Amino acid sequence: MKNLPLLFCGIFFCLAFSWTGLILSSQLQLGSLRPAAIEEGELTYPRRPTGQAEQGKQEYIRLGCIYCHSQQPRMKGFGADFERGWGDRQSVPRDYIWQKRVLLGTMRTGPDLMNVGQRLTSADWHHLHLYDPQITSPGSIMTPFSYLYETRRVGEVPSADALRFPPGYAMAPAEGYEIVPTDRARLLVDYLLSLKLDYELPEAKFSQ
Amino acid sequence: MQLPASSDDVLGPLAIRDQLSLTRIDASLRFVCLFFFTAALVWLLIGTVFALLTSFSLHSPSLLPCWEWLTFGRIRSAHLNAVAFGWGNNAAFAVAIWIMARLCRAEIRHGGLLLIAAIFWNIGLTVGIFGILRGDITSVEWLEMPTYVAPLLAVSYVLIGAWGVLAFAYKKSEHVYVSQWYILAALFWFPWLYTIVQIMIFFEPALGTVQAITNWWFGHNALGLWFTPIGVAAAYYFLPKVLGVPIRSYYLSLLGFWSLALFYNWAGMHHLIGGPIPVWVISAGTVASVMMVIPVIVTAINHHMTTVGHFKSVWQSPTLRFVVFGAMSYTLSSLIGSTMALREVSQVTHFTHAVVGHAHHGAYGFFTMVMFGSIYYMMPRLLNREWPSACLIRIHFWCAALGITLMAVALHIGGWIQGVEMNTPDILFLQVVKNTVPWLKARSVSGVLLASGHVAFFVNFIWMLCRRSEAFAHEGPTLIPLFWKKEAATDQQD
Repeated sequence: MKNLPLLFCGIFFCLAFSWTGLILSSQLQLGSLRPAAIEEGELTYPRRPTGQAEQGKQEYIRLGCIYCHSQQPRMKGFGADFERGWGDRQSVPRDYIWQKRVLLGTMRTGPDLMNVGQRLTSADWHHLHLYDPQITSPGSIMTPFSYLYETRRVGEVPSADALRFPPGYAMAPAEGYEIVPTDRARLLVDYLLSLKLDYELPEAKFSQ
Repeated sequence: MQLPASSDDVLGPLAIRDQLSLTRIDASLRFVCLFFFTAALVWLLIGTVFALLTSFSLHSPSLLPCWEWLTFGRIRSAHLNAVAFGWGNNAAFAVAIWIMARLCRAEIRHGGLLLIAAIFWNIGLTVGIFGILRGDITSVEWLEMPTYVAPLLAVSYVLIGAWGVLAFAYKKSEHVYVSQWYILAALFWFPWLYTIVQIMIFFEPALGTVQAITNWWFGHNALGLWFTPIGVAAAYYFLPKVLGVPIRSYYLSLLGFWSLALFYNWAGMHHLIGGPIPVWVISAGTVASVMMVIPVIVTAINHHMTTVGHFKSVWQSPTLRFVVFGAMSYTLSSLIGSTMALREVSQVTHFTHAVVGHAHHGAYGFFTMVMFGSIYYMMPRLLNREWPSACLIRIHFWCAALGITLMAVALHIGGWIQGVEMNTPDILFLQVVKNTVPWLKARSVSGVLLASGHVAFFVNFIWMLCRRSEAFAHEGPTLIPLFWKKEAATDQQD
């Protein structure tokens, strides 16, 4: 093994082999996936995400939520993802075809979020949780995202989307002030509410 | 344990000529290696600060002020990129090119260009980590730095790696050593990997979860085809070099190298077990991960058989103490890794802190420890002066060894419990989270230990750099006195 060209060929072959085997092959297998319907003539899924959800996803990316939250419920019987309500079925490659950036995640310091929009449907809940996770989930180790909210003086009419804190909340704003979500917080919650695994695909039916 | 540098009277003329050429090679790399090491240490300290912030904020979420740039996902990623591409790459560049040049018996010419490439690498990294903190983070694991620095990083890497390849192409020695294969392969693999994933994830994104496959093909190979070969190459170089014995078996090293090259490539898919990718891809990853037992055991046998019978020297030499610790961690963490790639085990450990513990076990317990050992050997030869304090070396070793052991144990056990509880639907998820907190606190304790070791190392390093006198070299190398032979060893301590 003294010969540089020969050594180079071996080194090159090993990497090219795995790239062809893993990446090129799966691209050939999955690259032509399109939305599909269970029965002909019905709506095809997955649906395209809305513009607001797409913008909210950018916030999700910018804040690095992926480092504690996965988006890939596993099949029933493999882990307890199904029992925990993280998805009525496992997610499959077709579910991700509209995503320019796929955010599967590999940590569950917090719960899986693939189905969070179906599990926790209230925007108010999400805002309170983002502002201070201890309000909705005492003992959680999620850091507060209160910088996505602004405190301002109550106008003539209180804002409709001002956070409604539970009675006795120690950090509630002073009398005459309210805490409202910024646009970024609103978009982020739009994105979270858009995460739903509430449709079936030909290759992935709901588990019983 | 006398090194040839201080005992040329017992060497023949050939050996003296050899020694002179090594000295010239060391001199040709002096500035650039010192630059790499200084940068590496600064990044190590920066990365450690981010590590502590991250670790503490995970069990005490309201500890840090609620500023956007201190968001968990960002400081965690700043930590990873600072230690992997700041500390790891800078140290690996210096060690790889220096070992390559020495084994090729080739001086490095036009080192100024190499220095410029090194500066650009670090500029790119600074911009990249600043970008992560200000919110340009990509949220793709191991590739968090914003896309606008990727071309600069790729080009700097190629320019740096080219010097290693050129040294090999114009080598003057007749032999080719094991370390050279590993270094050559690593210098080719990393830029290819990096360029391919940048294109397939960011510039021309592949469809859906093919991105995830590409991501983990890179993520695992950054460890397996870049940091691991450099660490193994350094162990293959320093073990026989310091002990003055040959590597036990040429054929075992050949087998170890090619089986690593073949299997490690495919192993990354075990990060996606149970995920939305074709099952055959996962199976391929699991098979390759288990096959990794071959190169790991082969390398372990070869290293062990080379070192056996020299344990006193290993314990006295700062270099070997760290390198042997690293080589042993490599064996252990790789075997644990192969186990974690099994479907049944992954069902529990996937998505838990056990994976974080495993990553640190490999990246710190193995790679970083070997790099520490390499720096302890190279610095005296680059500067022609000795390490000022054996005591600081000892503090460094014990903080690092105990720190990484505590972290690996705490996170493996804590992560396993977390996984078992997470798979038990009767336990509320919030309760699972709360139960991880004691283990996360243990990890913070280990972080403080590691940080103390890094400070001791940094002080010793700066002290050595700034020390004016070059007279210490003739006294022989700084050794760590054996505690059971205090009197005998004190005269070697300066």
